[in-house]
Amino acid sequence: MAVGVLDFDAERARDIVAAHRHLQGPLLPILRALQDAFGYVDERAEPIIADLLNLTRAEVHGVVSFYHDFRRKPAGRHRIQLCRAEACQSAGGETLAARAEAALGIASGETTADGKATLDAVYCLGLCAVAPAAMIDGRPVGRLDAERLDAILKEARE
Amino acid sequence: MTARVFVARDAGAISVGADEVAAELVASGRRRGLDIDIMRTGSRGLYWAEPMIEVATAAGRVAYGPVAAKDIDGLLDAGLLDGKDHSLSLGPTEEIPWLKRQTRLTFARCGVVDPLSLSDYRAHGGGKGLERALSLGTEATLAEVEASGLRGRGGAGFPTGRKWRTVAEARAAQKYIACNADEGDSGTFADRMIMEGDPFVLIEGMAIAGFAVGADKGYVYLRSEYPHAAATFESALAEARKGGLLGDSIAGSGVTFDIELRIGAGSYVCGEETAMLESLEGKRGQVRARPPLPAHKGLFGQPTVVNNVVSLASTPFVLAEGGSAFADVGFGRSRGTIPIQIAGNVRYGGLFETGFGISLGEIVDEIGGGTRSGRPVRAVQVGGPLGAYIPRSLFDTPYDFEAFTAIDGLIGHGGIVVFDDTVDMRQQARFALEFCALESCGKCTPCRIGSTRGVELVDRLAGGADAAETVAILEDLCQTLKYGSLCALGGFTPYPVMSAVRYFPEDFGMERQPAAAGQ
Repeated sequence: MAVGVLDFDAERARDIVAAHRHLQGPLLPILRALQDAFGYVDERAEPIIADLLNLTRAEVHGVVSFYHDFRRKPAGRHRIQLCRAEACQSAGGETLAARAEAALGIASGETTADGKATLDAVYCLGLCAVAPAAMIDGRPVGRLDAERLDAILKEARE
Repeated sequence: MTARVFVARDAGAISVGADEVAAELVASGRRRGLDIDIMRTGSRGLYWAEPMIEVATAAGRVAYGPVAAKDIDGLLDAGLLDGKDHSLSLGPTEEIPWLKRQTRLTFARCGVVDPLSLSDYRAHGGGKGLERALSLGTEATLAEVEASGLRGRGGAGFPTGRKWRTVAEARAAQKYIACNADEGDSGTFADRMIMEGDPFVLIEGMAIAGFAVGADKGYVYLRSEYPHAAATFESALAEARKGGLLGDSIAGSGVTFDIELRIGAGSYVCGEETAMLESLEGKRGQVRARPPLPAHKGLFGQPTVVNNVVSLASTPFVLAEGGSAFADVGFGRSRGTIPIQIAGNVRYGGLFETGFGISLGEIVDEIGGGTRSGRPVRAVQVGGPLGAYIPRSLFDTPYDFEAFTAIDGLIGHGGIVVFDDTVDMRQQARFALEFCALESCGKCTPCRIGSTRGVELVDRLAGGADAAETVAILEDLCQTLKYGSLCALGGFTPYPVMSAVRYFPEDFGMERQPAAAGQ
């Protein structure tokens, strides 16, 4: 699931918004579709959405900024989501998170300088019976340990 | 002869190697010239045994697990396809004590059927609930749900029948069924298992609800952290439309009902019903003040049934077998079964569906088998991030809505997270407040500001501040959160915080009171 596949294109953004306008309560599906297309929700998309949905730009911005999922800039080529919620905490997840941060030289929520990897905290993947858990480019990983984490991180940096 | 083998395709099974196991079975079978037909099912919920392989034999299915790809050759040598013995044998699946001890009503088909085969669904009893509802009519359908005593499985425990009747009696041209699949509580995965393992039961349950209250449109609000559930459920919707379970004339009745899947965007508070409705409408996920109730003015201002996945998925059984068959199981005012999700640092983690009333100790020690680390159990958090941390001294508490309310806790969505004796309860209290601050929708002051002040207080304790004095301020703050917040996020965050203080005072630099003995 490589993201950041397209440079921002206002025409294309307008098409995406228009294609979802018929839905009831279309804003979240629109933002999701924009992020799927561009890898993030560009600020320049906000006035386009506001125009087509007859909202104020502030209303659109308020929604984009409310949800953790919507990125304001492209993510790295690989996305590593480590679960930081209680079930994974109980099984050593915090130690693994610290290990990942140290190995990549970034904090959770950041992308490496070379743009290869983004490390994100996630609060529950529903893999709590096989904790600690992670999601790597959309692929679920359970019973994570230091050895498997190191292999994942090595792959992400290549 | 074709040998039939079952391997789960559920995200929990895939996360520990089920795809690799299935691929190796195909490859190894081909090398040996064996004819192996692999059916990918949901998970039975025995995650401690995943990846689990089941083989169809004359005497029923026989299970093996946990299997790694490297075990396949040895298993085939030992006679896997005939259900022969091996060190990974679990015996006949239905006889595995962990499964046999359960009462599987809602999860009866999960892990058994092909999740996307409507004919398999019907062959295993699916569809009968909707058929019976349509033949009974709306009034008798509502009466069955009321008679079942079913209470909301999302956490609040509100009687489902009463909610449905309120919407049925509301007068409006448009009504909705909004299914809450924003399963954000750590330690829970029941909704995910249903949507991946038996999605038609949820579709059938929503169709029953739609028929009973007069709604022709349903929404499922699913969290974005569950991409596998989203893919399976979207495919199931397409199959259901093809097979007449959804559409202009469901089950040939002339009644219209359809469902749209919507994906959330990483906000925990959107699991709160009114925040979820706001989010479905395309707004910030901010909690609404009640009244008006969603049953009167819900989605897009119309009367709306908001129910959790498990609540809705329980109604096909209620309609097929009758409300009293469901109500016969249970304890006190908590009727029917509850899928308990045993998670975290636990030896036998997974989904255990049973009648209410089982004791917490039985769940943790007997069924869960204690910690996976082998160290003593020190605390269990019951009911997700807003649930209390319970010490061993309260392990005789029966698993029931009222019993947990009585000890200042909640059962929530049925999750139990086990911690061993290395846990730092002050850190857990801090996390509860930090999570509340991170996920607060910001609408009410106690939650928005109180959560951050709470984190600061715990940090002050860590910095050596006077324990008794600081904890007194923390308690006062928690009272404000509990009674002054608009929804359960701010209102229940005090449960994990205050239970940690009360039962584990030594972690806060205080002396243990004899009355609050934890262990």
